Amino acid sequence: MMARLPRHGLAQILALVMILAVDRMVSPQFFDLRMQDGRLFGSVIDVLNRGAPVVLLSLGMVLVIATRGIDLSVGAVMAIAGAIAASLADSHSLPLVLAAALGTGLICGLWNGFLVAVLGIQPIIATLILMVAGRGIAQLITEGRIVTFTSPDLGWFGAGAILGFPAPVVIAAGMLGLTVAVVRGSALGLLIEATGGNARASELAGVGTRLMILAVYAWCGLCAALAGIISAADIMGADANNAGLWLELDAILAVVIGGTSLFGGRFSLLLAVVGALIIQAMNTGILLSGYPPELNLLVKAVVVLAVLLLQSPRLAGLAGLAARLRGARLRLKGAKA
Amino acid sequence: MTLKALFAATATAAVMFSLPAGAAQLTVGFSQIGSESGWRAAETSVSKQEAAKRQVNLKIADAQQKQENQIKAIRSFIAQGVDAIFLAPVVASGWEAVLKEAKEAKIPVVLLDRDIDPSGKDLYLTAVTSDSVHEGEVAGEWLAKTVGDKSCSIVELQGTVGASVATNRKKGFDDVVAKHPNLKVVRSQTGDFTRAKGKEVMESFIKAEGGGKSICAVYAHNDDMMVGAIQAMKEAGLKPGKDILTVSIDAVPDIFKAMAAGEANATVELTPNMAGPALDAIIASKDKGTVPPKWIQTESKLYTAADDPQKIYDSKKGLGY
Repeated sequence: MMARLPRHGLAQILALVMILAVDRMVSPQFFDLRMQDGRLFGSVIDVLNRGAPVVLLSLGMVLVIATRGIDLSVGAVMAIAGAIAASLADSHSLPLVLAAALGTGLICGLWNGFLVAVLGIQPIIATLILMVAGRGIAQLITEGRIVTFTSPDLGWFGAGAILGFPAPVVIAAGMLGLTVAVVRGSALGLLIEATGGNARASELAGVGTRLMILAVYAWCGLCAALAGIISAADIMGADANNAGLWLELDAILAVVIGGTSLFGGRFSLLLAVVGALIIQAMNTGILLSGYPPELNLLVKAVVVLAVLLLQSPRLAGLAGLAARLRGARLRLKGAKA
Repeated sequence: MTLKALFAATATAAVMFSLPAGAAQLTVGFSQIGSESGWRAAETSVSKQEAAKRQVNLKIADAQQKQENQIKAIRSFIAQGVDAIFLAPVVASGWEAVLKEAKEAKIPVVLLDRDIDPSGKDLYLTAVTSDSVHEGEVAGEWLAKTVGDKSCSIVELQGTVGASVATNRKKGFDDVVAKHPNLKVVRSQTGDFTRAKGKEVMESFIKAEGGGKSICAVYAHNDDMMVGAIQAMKEAGLKPGKDILTVSIDAVPDIFKAMAAGEANATVELTPNMAGPALDAIIASKDKGTVPPKWIQTESKLYTAADDPQKIYDSKKGLGY
């Protein structure tokens, strides 16, 4: 039975359910919900709300990884977009603030895409450039300070609510719906997978692989900028040193937990989101557990290892082999007797 | 990055080519770490103010967080024959060679904000630093005094795990809590010194402690985490500063804004004025030959709502925090 699990995303969903069950064990009120100032309030909502930025990042990351690329710069792009949004929020109208922040994210993504698709630089190096320089750019924008703002319009992106759900959750869900509709509702997803599977063959078959690569990095930059706006709105300020720090790694982990291969060629948007929620459910659980903080990273590592083992087809094969051996031994014993 | 490099280059050039000052005026070279945090920027601007107050010619070299740049800056200060060198060491080790050169040139060195390895103890005149264990004690004593005999469940937002400041601020606070049986730290997690993590951790504390009703006070190892925690409390329908007492450390401008709004109770200052006491020590030793103590501890001053937080906010916000 174990052998069949990994193929259909059951392993990920099983892992999420298991982690939520553990969360319920360490914190009995985990699933309690109540309304607070027109917003649902409870630990499960925290998981969704705190997970929203990584969900957004993973939506872009999964498409990049599907083309056999990787984007290390998303955390830095978050910091830039947040810095721009926070600096403009109190002096400009919301549409302009959003356009500036999202536009910058798009430009950052196009830059990465240009380096990879046109100049043919290895994705890990191409995006490393912006990962390092981007944080410096964000620090230049904020002049190294935490730039705070009071505009309730931009603040809504952190503290607002639609039908009781926090705004970041609704935005992330909307982006998931949009991405799935665009990518899976058309042949685009197939073309992206083809690009990642074998770029040369796809090119010969008439797929515009360069355009595909440019497009996925641009989308990734846009998603990162949106995550940056949410993070800045959440604390009503832009912290260029810390916003999005190391989140690129969480996004990559979410994609990998979601069963997408780093070698490209196939991807699942929905399971990447499940992966992001697994990471956040674990983080929230650790915070609720009351364990000393020295254990945080250790617990995280053990859980991630367990989730990945759960998906490993080879391990499932081994388990199946062991079961067969045991069965054979029993039959042998039966024959002797 | 290039801007920073340019700035450093001009700073070094300025240091190398500036004219010798008049005989009466002291010239002090200050090797600053770089602009790693708002506090650091405030320290630089306060140092300039303090030097101007005492008519000292202060030359600041920005090291951009690199020890090699600091060593270069110290060598160029020695070559110019400054009267004293201030050093905010980026790391604790590796200073013996260059500090020996300064000693041979008979230029006193004063360490600011951070100490170096004990092996270099006789190579500098004095170190002006804050005692972060004491900062935790001041925070704890304020809380003990404020709650009196009532029993009080405290949640703690720690700094980055393994950072010496976090370890010390925790120890100082724990020492005071241990002396008062009515105080108890019920939860303690790291918020990595950031606003976003401070908020996230506080959200989970509130849920784990029955909606926050059983929490009597929050202690945060820095003000930024407390600013995040205050937002979390407000979003949970609690009144920080009233339902839940707050005490944190650093005294950055934004905590005074919260205090003026009645949402924060107390903060312990990590003063950005390290240069003031250092300059006084240098001037005293030049004029009267006074040998300063090996360690000059800066004051860890407690600020509460009674200290006119709005005024302090206005005076601090221009310092570059």
